[in-house]
Amino acid sequence: MPVTQQDQLRADLIALVEKLGPGRSSLIPILADVKRRFREVDSESMQTIADALDIHPVEVYSVASFYAFLHGAPEGRFVIRLCGTLSCDFAGKDAIAEALTDELGVGFDETTSDGLFTLEWASCVGMCDQGPALLVNDEVHTRITPETAREIVAACRSAAATQEG
Amino acid sequence: MPAMIETQGNALTYETIQAGAGLEAALAMSRADLVDFVRDSDIRGRGGAGFPTGMKWGFCAAEKADQKYIICNADEGEPGTFKDRVILTRFADLVIEGMTIGGRAVGATLGIIYLRAEYTYLRPHLNEAIQKRRGQGLLGRNIMGVEGFDFDVITAMGAGAYVCGEETALIESLEGFRGEPRNRPPFPVVAGLLNNPTVVNNVETLASVAAIFAKGADWFKEFGTDRSTGYKLFSISGDCEKPGVYEFPWGITIAGLLEEVGGEGAKAVQIGGASGICVPAREFSRALAFEDIPTGGSVMVIGPERDILDVAENFLEFFVEESCGQCTPCRLGNPQMLQAVQLLKKGECPPRFLADVKALGETMMIASKCGLGQTSPSAFLSILAGFEDEISNRAPSA
Repeated sequence: MPVTQQDQLRADLIALVEKLGPGRSSLIPILADVKRRFREVDSESMQTIADALDIHPVEVYSVASFYAFLHGAPEGRFVIRLCGTLSCDFAGKDAIAEALTDELGVGFDETTSDGLFTLEWASCVGMCDQGPALLVNDEVHTRITPETAREIVAACRSAAATQEG
Repeated sequence: MPAMIETQGNALTYETIQAGAGLEAALAMSRADLVDFVRDSDIRGRGGAGFPTGMKWGFCAAEKADQKYIICNADEGEPGTFKDRVILTRFADLVIEGMTIGGRAVGATLGIIYLRAEYTYLRPHLNEAIQKRRGQGLLGRNIMGVEGFDFDVITAMGAGAYVCGEETALIESLEGFRGEPRNRPPFPVVAGLLNNPTVVNNVETLASVAAIFAKGADWFKEFGTDRSTGYKLFSISGDCEKPGVYEFPWGITIAGLLEEVGGEGAKAVQIGGASGICVPAREFSRALAFEDIPTGGSVMVIGPERDILDVAENFLEFFVEESCGQCTPCRLGNPQMLQAVQLLKKGECPPRFLADVKALGETMMIASKCGLGQTSPSAFLSILAGFEDEISNRAPSA
């Protein structure tokens, strides 16, 4: 029975590579999956992925570090990405950034000490007509106010507490 | 999907197109005629570059290969652009149908929708639409009973990189590499995905092709101007009363567009996103069309109280972040321009430095490898040219 993250990852990878195929084009879907599951892609995981695809681990690192959504560093359970582009700026993104950093107690590109939240800037999230906008993991939220920003954080906290129940 | 329904705008032609009508019309034609039909409509790519779609399909159709691909570029990353999100949400059928017709025209059997990671929430919806069409015999083997017409569509995800909207970077990403643009030629129509001939079309281009087949090339040419046929979807945001996705015929003036969305008081509009140009109010009689101001449809309205240098700074911060770093002009040029804007904001930019950076920007437009570096100086240079008074008022007196 798999006990460590690596055992778990190896078991999952076999299934995933079987599904996606052992070709190089499976690399990004695999990285996305590992990221979603473990919230980081550490060097051991990169080695495991490299072995599965028969490429050098440097290749895996090179791709993971290129994409904003795949970088290997550990992230919180909820990644909040605030849109920083012009229309969201006009709509008041700075006030939202202030509310979020205050509520979370961390700055951008940082993770809260409880491992729950990572705060990042996003390039345009395509909600320019309804800014300020942000993503919480894959979920989009629009017309954010400082109050609703704090409510979103609170909702994530209570969802996490419920799961741990 | 409440977030999409909320996007406002005017009535879209797509609403009047029945799903299936375009494909049915296409199947009544010979394969060779399909490319000619698209060419005859004069439609040009809706993603921003404006390459004639019929020509692109023609090049790919002429290639001999066992495998060809139709890629739908749904990596809608240009700041201020959200019309593809609306099209994918409301008219996914038309997009898939455009891909299917493309597959028939060029001889491709697989279509891939490359969806940006920020739109992950749309993927189940797209997969559902694909599945439904398979069930209706509109995807899969022997489509609509036509012997040997096989075409299927899958979705693939981006991972957060603006540059992957560039077609060769997109292909690199699909192959599992860093999204770094390739040298062209060879163009993707000759050697694209896995070295096979590949058509890469924007979401809106594909949906509009389906509409053209449903309603006819002559119908399409009634919209727009002689050199810019048809209608275009515009993503309008910023300082206006009614932001949203609007359809207008090519040739509409900026003033005309602003009137429709309640943005008449604007001091400038940014056309074409971060990679586009900033147009001052005195030029609002200019037209949105390939012969005047070509655009992928992003219109950001800049109100009278905004600092124009904040606009330049926002875009340059974006490009510093999103440059893939592969070629030197783009990697090093964008930070220089950002520095110049930040100095200008403080009134501390030496005129000599500004002149050098301006020249650097002009060099980047020639020397950068891909569209990102070639267009990233546009906003900066057009702001310098169009808002000299506002900027020079802050220049150091010495």
